[in-house]
Amino acid sequence: MKVAYWPGCVSRGFTPELHGSMAKVAPLLDIELVQLDRANCCGAGVIAEHNQELADTLNARTFALAQQVQGAELMMNICSTCQGAQGECQERLDANAEYRAHVNETLSDEGLTYEKGLTNKNFLWLLVEEIGLEKLSGLVKRPLTNLRVGPFYGCYIVRPRNRLGIDAEHPRDHYLEQLIETLGGTTIEYAGMRKCCGFPIITMNKEASLTQAGRHLGDAVDAEADCLVTPCPLCHLNLDMQQPLVEGVVGRELKMPVLHLPQLVGLALGLEPKELGLGRHVVKPTSVIDWSTSVVGAAA
Amino acid sequence: MAETHKPPEKFTLRMRRYDPESGQAPYWDEHTIELEPHRSVLEGILQAKAEFDGSIGIRCSCRAAICGSCGVRINGEPGLACHTHLDHARASAKDGAIEVEPMGNMPVIKDMIVDMDAVHWKKVQRVTPWLINEGPQPEREHIVSRESMVDITQTMACIQCGACVSDCLAMEVDPGFIGPAALAKAYRFVGDPRDEEQRERLLDLSEDPQGLYDCTHCFKCVEACPKDVNPMGQIMRLRRIAGNDQHIVDRNNGERHEQAFVTLVKDSGLLHEAELLPRSYGGNSWFGKFHPAAGKELLSSLPVAIRGVMKRKMSIKIALFGHKIPKQDLDAVKKIYAKIESKPERYELNLYVSGEDEEEAA
Repeated sequence: MKVAYWPGCVSRGFTPELHGSMAKVAPLLDIELVQLDRANCCGAGVIAEHNQELADTLNARTFALAQQVQGAELMMNICSTCQGAQGECQERLDANAEYRAHVNETLSDEGLTYEKGLTNKNFLWLLVEEIGLEKLSGLVKRPLTNLRVGPFYGCYIVRPRNRLGIDAEHPRDHYLEQLIETLGGTTIEYAGMRKCCGFPIITMNKEASLTQAGRHLGDAVDAEADCLVTPCPLCHLNLDMQQPLVEGVVGRELKMPVLHLPQLVGLALGLEPKELGLGRHVVKPTSVIDWSTSVVGAAA
Repeated sequence: MAETHKPPEKFTLRMRRYDPESGQAPYWDEHTIELEPHRSVLEGILQAKAEFDGSIGIRCSCRAAICGSCGVRINGEPGLACHTHLDHARASAKDGAIEVEPMGNMPVIKDMIVDMDAVHWKKVQRVTPWLINEGPQPEREHIVSRESMVDITQTMACIQCGACVSDCLAMEVDPGFIGPAALAKAYRFVGDPRDEEQRERLLDLSEDPQGLYDCTHCFKCVEACPKDVNPMGQIMRLRRIAGNDQHIVDRNNGERHEQAFVTLVKDSGLLHEAELLPRSYGGNSWFGKFHPAAGKELLSSLPVAIRGVMKRKMSIKIALFGHKIPKQDLDAVKKIYAKIESKPERYELNLYVSGEDEEEAA
């Protein structure tokens, strides 16, 4: 399937291994990525905090660019925060025709128009809802046998449920568990899996921020997870990049590798840890998990 | 069409019981009650109390979702016991038994009753929850525009049940955080055109290290609120007014972080993460990193940055110069900024007030 692909900022800045691994995984899933190179930052909620109309207009611009991609079935993102921040703006744009016209007025300088009703899905949603777990399971070349994986969603992709379209038919707040099992791994449930990583207040209240990350990582350690997986690169920054500082704040050793979603999928589809950028993490998954035994153990 | 009346059914309630004075640890207590499925969890608890164990502790009054007394956790989620149908609660139960627990982030007095005075009400008092207007009073009433009052009706819908406090993730790690309910209450007065102390209120909340900028934006309170008050949305409005209208540059880096973020996206179309940190600490320009306040923080972050570059997590080029969208697109983004930021008043659509368009007839 062809998608208008919005990689976000962080996946091309501080976590390039996310964008890189997505590019590697897409062809294996028959996803054609048409990258929205001209699109702008979603604002991560911060621009909306500054000026709502500005955030809505900037995101309407991205949506309009996505709608211009010929033959694309939908827009896809790889960041929980983009999903949530863009979804909040889209909710306002879609709810009120007068407001939409007002925003489109601003976009008209550039010859762009946003038309109500764009479908914008995170890679996680696309995997479960568009590709389907059954098909995915048939593509698994290297089941994640014996790998104990803790899901970490990121707030923006689980709340608020109404806006994100989470209901009995679309249990999007349980997709990571379903996915881990489909890839042959074992889901580890722990208290913090749908809580906040703390990243949004890292510059305002560093101790509280790192304590949040530390508690969740600690809970995952206690539940004997081998690693975490997250669809959010901002969570990844607090959980992985800051982990050495986090250890100092919570006073315990953690050594918990945190994988980006496409990396976990890529491993199961047979890609090598190195080409998925696993060596680029601060807590190197390769140094903690022996992939040759715990993952490649069972024959495909 | 009227809903057909369903006959009574059996429901199992699994209640978290605890009496701090007993010296016993908390425990689960199960009772099976019989009621029509549309009746409330509260009615179920009261039946268990009447028929099986008079010592079950639950606070309640109106039974109509207006007094805010019966806030509890049902199957782990905060809500009003009187506003949750038994059949709905059973549908979300793990194993068929409806679990009822006291709210979080507050000490338990007994069973499902928490100490609202010790946490919730103390925090509400913290924000001076009354109108301050010492000036000469008009002969009759204060005349205000309809729009200006409609803007604060959302916060007025709060029934002080504490559900948002119960679930606040910032408070979980930082119990001193003023929290969602009290900050929503603060907006009730900051947004009221009759109040004379808008700036003082915002200064106070911005400068408090556990105040306006301690919210982590996790949407828990938005989800928890049974009255659609959207406390997090009110916190964002407080920030918007504090930073943009009152130009309050707080010591918690809240305003600087926001300004730096907004400016960096204007300058490159994308977020330049490496610049965000120094500017948040030292001020919103390239020179921000040389500010003494930035120096200390940057020094402590240096090992993280060096580790990142060493692991080829980020290239030196990205770390120094960031990334940009193509020039003509960047120009378009800058035009959007210029057009919107030059407006004398911000245009803010609140769906709580405006509602959604009716679906067009097919």
